[in-house]
Amino acid sequence: MRTMGFADAIEDALMQAMAKDENIIIMGEDIQGLRLNLRIRFGRDRVLPTPISEAGFVGAAVAAAMGGLHPVVEVMLVDFIGVPMDAILNHAAKIERFSGGRWKVPLVIRAACGGGYGDGGQHEQSLWGLLAHIPGLVVLVPSTPADAGGLMMTALTHDGPVIYLEHKLLSDYWLNSLGGGSRNNIRFDVPPEGVRGEVPKIWEPIPIGQGVIRKNGEDLTIISVGVSVHRAIEAARVLERNGISAQVIDLRTVTPLDKQLIIGCVSKTGRMLVVDEDYQGFGLSGELAAVVLEAGVSMKYSRVCTEDTIPFSRQLEYQTLPNVERIIEVAEELVTR
Amino acid sequence: MEASRDLTYPDVWRLYMQMLRCRLFEEEVKRLWMEGSIPGEMHMSMGEEAIVVGIVDQLGDGDALALDHRGTAPMLVRGIDPVLLLKEFMGRPDGLDGGMGGHMHLFSPEHYAASSGIVGASGPAAVGFALANQRLRPGKISVAFFGEGAINEGMLMESFNLAAIRKLPVMFVCKDNHQAVMTQTSKVTSGNLIDRVKGFNLRVIEVDGSDVEELWRLAKEEIARLRHGAGPVFVHAFCEHLEGHFLGDPLLHYEHPSIGETIRMAVPLIKAHTQSKGAPLSERTAGLKEMLEIIRETVRKHRSQEGDPIPRLRKKLTSIDAAKLQDIEIMVKSEIEAIMQQTSQPSEQMGG
Repeated sequence: MRTMGFADAIEDALMQAMAKDENIIIMGEDIQGLRLNLRIRFGRDRVLPTPISEAGFVGAAVAAAMGGLHPVVEVMLVDFIGVPMDAILNHAAKIERFSGGRWKVPLVIRAACGGGYGDGGQHEQSLWGLLAHIPGLVVLVPSTPADAGGLMMTALTHDGPVIYLEHKLLSDYWLNSLGGGSRNNIRFDVPPEGVRGEVPKIWEPIPIGQGVIRKNGEDLTIISVGVSVHRAIEAARVLERNGISAQVIDLRTVTPLDKQLIIGCVSKTGRMLVVDEDYQGFGLSGELAAVVLEAGVSMKYSRVCTEDTIPFSRQLEYQTLPNVERIIEVAEELVTR
Repeated sequence: MEASRDLTYPDVWRLYMQMLRCRLFEEEVKRLWMEGSIPGEMHMSMGEEAIVVGIVDQLGDGDALALDHRGTAPMLVRGIDPVLLLKEFMGRPDGLDGGMGGHMHLFSPEHYAASSGIVGASGPAAVGFALANQRLRPGKISVAFFGEGAINEGMLMESFNLAAIRKLPVMFVCKDNHQAVMTQTSKVTSGNLIDRVKGFNLRVIEVDGSDVEELWRLAKEEIARLRHGAGPVFVHAFCEHLEGHFLGDPLLHYEHPSIGETIRMAVPLIKAHTQSKGAPLSERTAGLKEMLEIIRETVRKHRSQEGDPIPRLRKKLTSIDAAKLQDIEIMVKSEIEAIMQQTSQPSEQMGG
């Protein structure tokens, strides 16, 4: 075991995978700067800068995957995925189905996601619910360095299209350039366990659709993903002091969901609280309720999500994104219901 | 001077005043950002003032502005209250958009001005505004501002075609600084930009983006043509971003990295350069050189402050009437001071 930062873990996993598999290429805007180390080691033919033409180069990455490569295509922020959405929605996600399973699309679409650093509603979205809504995609959202590298390995060994989302509060280089801008007088609520942690020496893929229990508890099950996992754990620690025992599950994979874990846990505690940084309506939080109810498990349910466009103002942004106070308040209400 | 006799000649004093106003305002924005009062990213208009002033100065009621992520100067010149802008940048509830948008998402329906942080989005927006104007406000135009990095974005090229087939009154303004964040645009752009645009049958005007007088004159002519239904025009103007892509631009920051940062950067670089399995050594060295060149060039431009439109005009005005110039500068400075004073007043009303 060794200790590593979240972003370094992603790069380290890519290094190991690219050294083994010469078909892995990386492409995207500013890639010669963003992935400088990888570009130097693996050369300019494997780490390719693109123009600002997302519809074109993501579409091309889909077909390059069909042609035998394993591209990691980057769209910088997941907010920018609107431009190449057709390539993802109508092509990457559907080709395996359309071809009767005969043609695979081994593609990783990598993007930074999430808010909490004052960049406004066009740069701070999560959107994993939107993407997970599309059949045929795998959506991975790591919350720790170990998972960041492990899930990147998962993405690089999977034979279908994977959306890999790295939260900007955890990836130091994104937070420094977009939030801090080389300033040291700006404060961010960065969860330390998410930013640095123990990682394996040799990266192994984490099975797709395998969530993990981050904290045990008996009174309610808090289910979350990404940075909100850390908010949930922090809230659970406070709840513990107030006599409420909360279990915290980190999904790690948004789709396919770890239904067995979810149903098993909620059937024991009888209460589910979803903490989701993505939009509340028609998304992950509702899906989780459906999964449990469809299994015939009765439960009490609540959710803390992002309900509206994320405001630029730091104060309004804080109130809009799931925060520890809101989680505690809703959890307390849920257990007394 | 012949200025008084020739109505097509710009009032250079006013143009200078407008540019200086943008610059000094943004110096204050920079200061507030540095001290941490403005969160997130901050993309400056510094270096683009001549383009912005030369064009926006001539717009009026009913003319639409489709802006990119560098909306500060266009908004100022268009007449949006600077105090509201500053408060918005600071995320205050009494800001222009109630603290919801920030500097990348500035909106003023009263001024028919809208911005977007999505590269290329100003193209389709300007087309739509022009479509509405053609029907609802004949004689009124729309202007799209974007960088040359956006030129490879499909939606922008689609908007050229849309504007051309409907002969829409759109002025597409390409502010070309040769570089999109960390990428030299020429390395990811095939062919000649002007040829490409001409392929859409757009009228193309090329102009020095630091020459506000020339920009004003050309814009005046082109805007008149647009108002008479002559169809869309593409204005190509070179400029420099004096503060890099955004404040705290890592490329500029690397000019003077701390020892800690140097080590943090160097260790993985050395590993990448030496670890087994990968590209041949010469290829690895070429990759490193390429990045160092981009950093060196960005730093060089920043140091030289070349292409700055303000000293250029100032030099000329000094020789015409130094006393008048001084009066104007004092006036602009005191206006900015007043803006800062008003902004620092605590807000009373809450929400929107």
